[in-house]
Amino acid sequence: MVELTLPKNSRMVTGKTWPKPQGATNTKKVQVYRYNPDDGKNPRIDTYHVDLDTCGPMVLDALIKIKTDIDPTLAFRRSCREGICGSCSMNIDGVNTLACIRGLDESAGDIKIYPLPHMPVIKDLIPDLTHFYAQHASIMPWLETKTNAPAKEWRQSIEDREKLDGRYECIMCACCSTACPSYWWNQDRFLGPAALLAAHRWIVDSRDEATGERLDDLEDPFKLYRCHTIMNCAKTCPKGLNPAKAIAEIKHMMVERIV
Amino acid sequence: MAYLTARKRATGHGSARSGTQHHWRMQVSSVALLILIPCFVFTFGAIYGAPYEEVVAYYQRPFPSIVAALTLAVGFLHFRGGVQTLIEDYVHGALKAPLIVAMICLSYAAAAAGVLAVVRLAL
Repeated sequence: MVELTLPKNSRMVTGKTWPKPQGATNTKKVQVYRYNPDDGKNPRIDTYHVDLDTCGPMVLDALIKIKTDIDPTLAFRRSCREGICGSCSMNIDGVNTLACIRGLDESAGDIKIYPLPHMPVIKDLIPDLTHFYAQHASIMPWLETKTNAPAKEWRQSIEDREKLDGRYECIMCACCSTACPSYWWNQDRFLGPAALLAAHRWIVDSRDEATGERLDDLEDPFKLYRCHTIMNCAKTCPKGLNPAKAIAEIKHMMVERIV
Repeated sequence: MAYLTARKRATGHGSARSGTQHHWRMQVSSVALLILIPCFVFTFGAIYGAPYEEVVAYYQRPFPSIVAALTLAVGFLHFRGGVQTLIEDYVHGALKAPLIVAMICLSYAAAAAGVLAVVRLAL
């Protein structure tokens, strides 16, 4: 049965409030979810004050500053710092996004930072994405062909290549899937918007020869049809993609096979 | 705890090779209800509160009775599909299958009772 309240060991408590940096006049209060599986305690919300005069403009800059200057135990993923690797996806002020492209000035008041929702937490802001990645692997995100490989390359027209636009740009940050209520309740069986967007990318690829098998694999009440067009995925995608539209197009192709 | 690989967990039991028929039926019944519900509201509203004899006479005409019977039948069939999805979404474990069976029985019973009532009025 769906759980409307957090389990006892997941309920958050008020954590430590770190002192304001000495001499700082322009500070921002940042509240961060903290969880350490090794101490056996419930998650807590720690409060930090970041000196904006010595900090970069993005939320990730603030997190790096907190880790560097205030609390080195804070754990989070980051890599490219320019919205292309998808590592620093997290829930900032209630929205799943990338910390590296979210400006500190986009939050009017205090900033609240949590890990991506409804995922097991490894530590602090680091969710366990093992299942999410395995779901992506399960849709066979590669070119499947039966014809012998051509001597040079698989050719594709400009028009057919354009059909991949809006699909191939996904950076697998998991913002969309973890914003989807259907994925929250049924992520063991529902593939989620990210994997289905990737599936659609290969289904519409003119060079791919496994379209039927791909559609067969997706034809399932849970894998595909748990999508109820809630559209949270499209609303939250930090790359501006529309997984809900891709899913609707897969459903349309399914219907075309029977009608 | 089972030592399953992440890929095996993600694949699960594989595809059920079904779901599109359910999706198509829900789409068709939605479109049907889009037409039927306004027709039902206007025909039912026109006679609502009238004496029994007038209502019987009204529903002996083909249009109001066909609209009422179709609305009840299609409505409860649509309801059956929708609530099944809802139960699948939110109920997990042993309770799921009995709830779905109960809901299907309830939907068909309600549709049958509604259609029978209209038929008795109409004939």
